[in-house]
Amino acid sequence: MLGRTLQEVSAALKQGQITPTELCQKCLSLIKKTKFLNAYITVSEEVALKQAEESEKRYKNGQSLGDLDGIPVAVKDNFSTSGIETTCASNMLKGYIPPYNATVVQKLLDQGALLMGKTNLDEFAMGSGSTDGIFGPVKNPWSYSKQYREKRKQNPHSKNEDSDWLITGGSSGGSAAAVSAFTCYAALGSDTGGSTRNPAAHCGLVGFKPSYGLVSRHGLIPLVNSMDVPGILTRCVDDAAIVLGALAGPDPKDSTTVHDPINKPFMLPSLADVSKLCIGIPKEYLIPELSSEVRSLWSKAADLFKSEGAKVLEVSLPHTSYSIVCYHVLCTSEVASNMARFDGLQYGHRCDINVSTEAMYAATRREGFNDVVRGRILSGNFFLLKENYENYFVKAQKVRRLIANDFVNAFNSGVDVLLTPTTLSEAVPYLEFIKEDNRTRSAQDDIFTQAVNMAGLPAVSIPVALSNQGLPIGLQFIGRAFCDQQLLTVAKWFEKQVQFPVIQLQELMDDCSAVLENEKSASVSLKQ
Amino acid sequence: MAAPMLRWVGRGRRWTFARVDGGSCHRREAPTGSTSNRIRGRSSVAQQPLYTTQKPRKGEHKWAAVVGLEIHAQISSNSKLFSGSQVRFSAPPNSLVSFFDASLPGTLPVLNRRCVEAAVMTGLALNCHINKKSLFDRKHYFYADLPAGYQITQQRLPIAVNGSLTYGVCAGKKQSQVIPKTVRIKQIQLEQDSGKSLHDDLRSQTLIDLNRAGVGLLEVVLEPDLSCGEEAATAVRELQLILQALGTSQANMAEGQLRVDANISVHHPGEPLGVRTEVKNLNSIRFLAKAIDYEIQRQINELENGGEILNETRSFHYQLGCTMSMRDKEGKQDYRFMPEPNLPPLVLYDATSLPAGADPQQVINIDQIRETLPELPSVTRERLVQQYGMLLEHSFTLLNEVGLLEFFQNVMKETRAEPKKVTSWVLNTFLGYLKQQNLAVSESPVTPSALAELLDMLDSRTISSAAAKQVFEELWKREGKTPGQIVSEKQLELMEDRGALEQLCHSMMEAHPQVVMDLKKGNPRAINKLIGLVRKATQSRADPAMIKEILEKKLSS
Repeated sequence: MLGRTLQEVSAALKQGQITPTELCQKCLSLIKKTKFLNAYITVSEEVALKQAEESEKRYKNGQSLGDLDGIPVAVKDNFSTSGIETTCASNMLKGYIPPYNATVVQKLLDQGALLMGKTNLDEFAMGSGSTDGIFGPVKNPWSYSKQYREKRKQNPHSKNEDSDWLITGGSSGGSAAAVSAFTCYAALGSDTGGSTRNPAAHCGLVGFKPSYGLVSRHGLIPLVNSMDVPGILTRCVDDAAIVLGALAGPDPKDSTTVHDPINKPFMLPSLADVSKLCIGIPKEYLIPELSSEVRSLWSKAADLFKSEGAKVLEVSLPHTSYSIVCYHVLCTSEVASNMARFDGLQYGHRCDINVSTEAMYAATRREGFNDVVRGRILSGNFFLLKENYENYFVKAQKVRRLIANDFVNAFNSGVDVLLTPTTLSEAVPYLEFIKEDNRTRSAQDDIFTQAVNMAGLPAVSIPVALSNQGLPIGLQFIGRAFCDQQLLTVAKWFEKQVQFPVIQLQELMDDCSAVLENEKSASVSLKQ
Repeated sequence: MAAPMLRWVGRGRRWTFARVDGGSCHRREAPTGSTSNRIRGRSSVAQQPLYTTQKPRKGEHKWAAVVGLEIHAQISSNSKLFSGSQVRFSAPPNSLVSFFDASLPGTLPVLNRRCVEAAVMTGLALNCHINKKSLFDRKHYFYADLPAGYQITQQRLPIAVNGSLTYGVCAGKKQSQVIPKTVRIKQIQLEQDSGKSLHDDLRSQTLIDLNRAGVGLLEVVLEPDLSCGEEAATAVRELQLILQALGTSQANMAEGQLRVDANISVHHPGEPLGVRTEVKNLNSIRFLAKAIDYEIQRQINELENGGEILNETRSFHYQLGCTMSMRDKEGKQDYRFMPEPNLPPLVLYDATSLPAGADPQQVINIDQIRETLPELPSVTRERLVQQYGMLLEHSFTLLNEVGLLEFFQNVMKETRAEPKKVTSWVLNTFLGYLKQQNLAVSESPVTPSALAELLDMLDSRTISSAAAKQVFEELWKREGKTPGQIVSEKQLELMEDRGALEQLCHSMMEAHPQVVMDLKKGNPRAINKLIGLVRKATQSRADPAMIKEILEKKLSS
């Protein structure tokens, strides 16, 4: 049961094959078993069981709230949850219990979903590994998969397995690990430069970043307000569409949500035919750092579309190479501004120094933030100085507009969706990852994902195949603004073609048979 | 404040008037002013005052002061600028604080429509150009009562720009002539108020009250067109009247709903502007004038003595009557302005740009707001002049005292007396009594009806004007009697028995032969002494004109 998709388990609940409480307990027990993954910061066991109880009553009375009723979900620990600690994996917010729910959390609860807990991340979502939070790094469930272990056994040079675990990617690594390890059916991440899509790719999941303005940010503790969007992590595209259907829509509490009517619910048709589609391949995304495996899968995916009758075009996004530096300026500037409220006065951490208000601010912020956060605040404040504002911030805004226009031009040339890699390679071992600092890593790892955030477009990472090492590789589809449904429809067709294998975590699971029962054969079309 | 803009849009006249002691303006030299007019783009009719040091020496340069104001007016609205919390003065501390006001992480601003309408309305009343698109920015600084670490304001593209405010200053021998002056308005911007810090020195701690945090403010930035405390005070008073007439702000300075910061510098006309200081904490119009004049004189003295002016923030100490450097505001602040990413551009419409089928709840129509503008003080004054034939300066006084115009109009409604008589009684007698006892119009013991009745009796010659004054004094004692009752009790009716009066005159002449002798010797003024004696004998009930007539008849016979 745990290995099923959200859609499948939802059907099982409706048919009474399992009750919400049973499902909740199974997930809770698996959360305990997989504690070493460090996916959760807070497990809201009591809350979840109570919600399950209420859900059960509804099912008994035939008053189910819909597809999400009774479904265990997890939420990244940078979404405010009423009465449940929300830390952003930072000392600054350790012990902070918000008095309100983020709009997206409230919407999930209103649909009957069960909140299993709050998931781990990089401090304030600043990172691409889920390694830089105060609660320690998140371990990628694939490190313990049969697929990966078998490959490693074949490798005579393989080192000690236990110290060789892989990162999840990030910053929503906790949410990705939670879904990947079957402890819940969907999880909320946040996506500012790729933070949902990147861990989705590394954990073999669907990672969806909706159009900016489609889903409310109210209650999401911001990284970069003008780029943040709540992200969705699920095991398949249909599940992502179900969750999107529950979350999308205008919110009077977020003035940047759009009021135009959006097609709801997000039911995805099954495309029988892709011959009317035009897929764009941005030539600037073919960079030397791209691993040969990802590169080869990318081109095979393009060939697949071509062979099924779709038009595949090479397109140019000429300002791509400026994207990372531009993102750095805009991101750090907003970070400097957004972090100004953490002064220790009203909530969160406060130091013991009280010689003056200024000294208290300084010590509080020094103790509360890690080096990554402090570094970004410092550079952001530098860019916002009166003497630098024109040279950095304003220029970066102009470049941002050029990058956004690149996409507009590509779509205007007749392209329906763009196909790109999500990451440079598969997940790397933690010990490998920390050889580079956070800033270098973020710059490298966000390379295919953050331009989309600058343009506010919808994008989704779809797991495609396992690498030679037995690790997932994802590819990214980028759609037109507010054409989220069209994007997911194409992604769904692609997902069906590639038949990505289910992670085999027998040793971790109580109910091994449940997983095995759903095990699909390794993909045919794209398997190397 | 930025360099003065030369563009001046004057589409209407907005006048105010205040009686400020001429000496406070340091007017010691005949104004010349033409040079600095050019420099500062001034458009006033009157010339600006020039300053000299206390003891002008031969060949010495004259000084001119340049004053610009930044005025913060709290918007009168039910809820705050970006949150649904209530706005109320003197509520228990921290009882009007939403999650957003407390800047809890993840909360977002939602713009209050009422505040936008108030800004548009104020902009229109001040002849501003209303920007169809305006933007919000974050202004960063750390302060305990600024919970987000930044204030949301409109730095780059404010909601209204390029307006003007016309006010009137007194001139002439008796300060009775009103000279209209105009100050240009650079911009009006919407912004958040901060909370309040309460310093408890005893326990050396600071307490924060966030009730005010996030209340909508209109920041009205005036160009540096003012040149002394009096001008600043009258301009602010006029603005206050306009805001109150519009209902966009209660503009009560004592409650902090109107706060003024003044930028002040001095220079020699024809030379570049001097270094300016900013004076804060000006919480009454009187102190505003005092502080500015003090600061101008301080700067002149400083420069005359070879000192220099620092670009600093100073605060006015009303007990000491001087400005002092604010140590805690030392050092140049870099506010690191940044666009507010959580608020889309504020787009306003007019009749021509309004999209068809737009939801009226979602759009703001400038033309529609223009139609709802109430009568502005300048128009009210013109109406008073036209309708009642009163002097312009009288209309200023009527508007300047809270409630006085209403009092006047209520008296007018009930009396047959001439408007001129009523004006004179309200402005001289009534206002004089109020001022003497430091009372507001609303605290007056005399009601409009009572005054109307009194003036009717005067008008119908039932009582003399001297008796009327007596009745008024009785009314002021709050004994609950009507003027009619007082008149009959005190027998103050005009003495109309000519025979009795002739008798009285006769006996008075007999009692004072020396005066009669003087008169006959050719001193016509001596008659006044006799008139006075007769009046006294009648307890002022007799008409002096009639007494005079009788006396003259008797003397010539």
